Amino acid sequence: MLSSITLFIGITLMYSTPLAFAALGGVVSERSGVTNLGIEGMMTIGAFTGATVGYFTGSAWGGFLAAGAAGGMIALLHAFASITCRADQTISGIAINLIGPGVALFICRILFDGATMTVPVTNKIPKLFGSAGGSGALKNLNVDVTVVVALALAVLLWVFLYKTKWGFHIRAVGEHPAAADTMGIHVYRIRYLCVIVSGILAGFGGASMTLAIIPQFTPTAISGQGFIALAAVIFGKWTPHGAYGACLLFGAAQALTVILGGGSFQVPSEILAMLPYVITIIILILFVGRSAAPKASGQPYEKGER
Amino acid sequence: MKFKKALALGLAAALTISLAACGGSKGGDKEKSGSDSSEKKSDYSVAMITDTGGINDQSFNQSAWEGLQELSEETGAEVNYIESKQVSDFVTNLERLGDKGATLLWGVGYACADAIEEAAQSNPDLQYAIVDNAYENTPDNVTGVMFRAQEPSFMVGYVAGKTTETNQVGFVGGIASGLIDQFQYGYEAGVQYAAKELGKDIKVSVQYAESFSDAAKGKAIASKMYSEGCDVVYHAAGGSGTGVIEAAKEADKWVIGVDRDQAYLAPDNVLTSALKLVGKAVKEVSLDAMNSGEIGGQTLTYGLKEECVGIPEEHGNMPEGVYEETLAVADKIKSGELTAPSTEDEYNEFVAK
Repeated sequence: MLSSITLFIGITLMYSTPLAFAALGGVVSERSGVTNLGIEGMMTIGAFTGATVGYFTGSAWGGFLAAGAAGGMIALLHAFASITCRADQTISGIAINLIGPGVALFICRILFDGATMTVPVTNKIPKLFGSAGGSGALKNLNVDVTVVVALALAVLLWVFLYKTKWGFHIRAVGEHPAAADTMGIHVYRIRYLCVIVSGILAGFGGASMTLAIIPQFTPTAISGQGFIALAAVIFGKWTPHGAYGACLLFGAAQALTVILGGGSFQVPSEILAMLPYVITIIILILFVGRSAAPKASGQPYEKGER
Repeated sequence: MKFKKALALGLAAALTISLAACGGSKGGDKEKSGSDSSEKKSDYSVAMITDTGGINDQSFNQSAWEGLQELSEETGAEVNYIESKQVSDFVTNLERLGDKGATLLWGVGYACADAIEEAAQSNPDLQYAIVDNAYENTPDNVTGVMFRAQEPSFMVGYVAGKTTETNQVGFVGGIASGLIDQFQYGYEAGVQYAAKELGKDIKVSVQYAESFSDAAKGKAIASKMYSEGCDVVYHAAGGSGTGVIEAAKEADKWVIGVDRDQAYLAPDNVLTSALKLVGKAVKEVSLDAMNSGEIGGQTLTYGLKEECVGIPEEHGNMPEGVYEETLAVADKIKSGELTAPSTEDEYNEFVAK
């Protein structure tokens, strides 16, 4: 029983971590008024870059940081299109989602002798209590360090957004950019920075998949996590703690399907597979209530407009 | 509101993409032919289209192309391929290969099934063949090539049964289907066969990831199996299986690879792999087509008897003697003395015996 509980917690944390990084990225970008639908693509780039750099340098953290940098670079494209060129942010985001896997596979084939997957890294992101940490039920709680990093980032982001001047500026830009502009806040600069940070976080999310959960990039390593993260942003009412909680909830629902499945009392696996989505919908209806996006989210800002 | 609509759209798009099992890589198609250096020229020409995995997918496409290259070396037949980047390219690429004079055209993977059928109907004078698909009504100029995956699965199940010390082994499937049933029931039967030989009870835990791409879920399920006492887990779960192998590494338990020798993913933890030698079957069928020209209108199945499935020779991780015993079991399957079950009914019949 104890081991089932620790297993449940361990799986929840493992499952939710890539989502949490990406969802926090989504929150930052949305809060500054830029819709970022391209998170999936940024995660894929991050997943590929992380695994590749991790393989060639032998350093997992080096790969992790490189993944953030790569995600940030792709995000710069999105920022340029949607802030400077005032393109439709939805279209730009979808374009990023198509470019991400395309570029990742293209470079992968060049670097890895035509293969669509990278060679497994030898050094993964370390475990919380070391590789041999814990025994029995406790072993299940020996999660990847990235789990802790994601939690710390969620707390930091909350403090930053709600307790600092900079966070206040970001929220002001997302709600009413014209008013913020009047007050002397650089709307474009803040939006650029926020979109780039969201790309960095999405890149971290991708790398936490390919450097911690599995040791390599495969074409299916990132398949839908970015969109679940976006849903978590809405679910969490565009707040860091809400989005993080939503990711945990989704992870917990998945862990439940794993724990309940295949046991002595047989629940059909198709029904179990629906569970995460059913739980999400029920909680959305019962507890979350109405959620409102930052007012200026998705709208390009033109200096001088009201 | 706009954002939510867009999100819904995005989700739908993602679903479509993942359903099409598309790697997402776009761009020009690559072509290659490989017979110019051959001394024995033949006017027979064989061509293949890959599915979206590409020619170096370390799996079926690569194996099929290696088979064709061997064919070319041995007979001088002209061989070439086109990589398909997306499902909508299949028909076009088949047409292009047909125009270039290929007499036998291969589609690799069941994803090509509709394209092959369509091309076969519009070009009745050309021969087509497809890997991993059986049609309900096979056109006269199409040959389906299937593998009896239950046979290598039975072998690795036997290895698992002989290796387990906790008397608990596991199976992680992708999405339940007739194809994956072959793996599951073949494996379970192999385990029970070994259990009977050893005179003990071995429990098989079976769980599906409901996905062929969710590595985290594969890892979670396998971790659960290991923490519940399984010490050998076999997977037939595609991309989710990457997570299964990783779970074995972290728990330091045994895992059994699928389709190709997956030992390189975790040399200390991969016990063995259930192999499907696609290239060999592709070569055999192509040879038959060259020699007799009469192959169409049927589905051929390949297994141990044709030496198109098996386990790798490398067996350093197995307990002493198990490899030899497994080969003896394989011989029994070959000779027909033993039949590996491929469905639940056949399995129940097998266990009842």
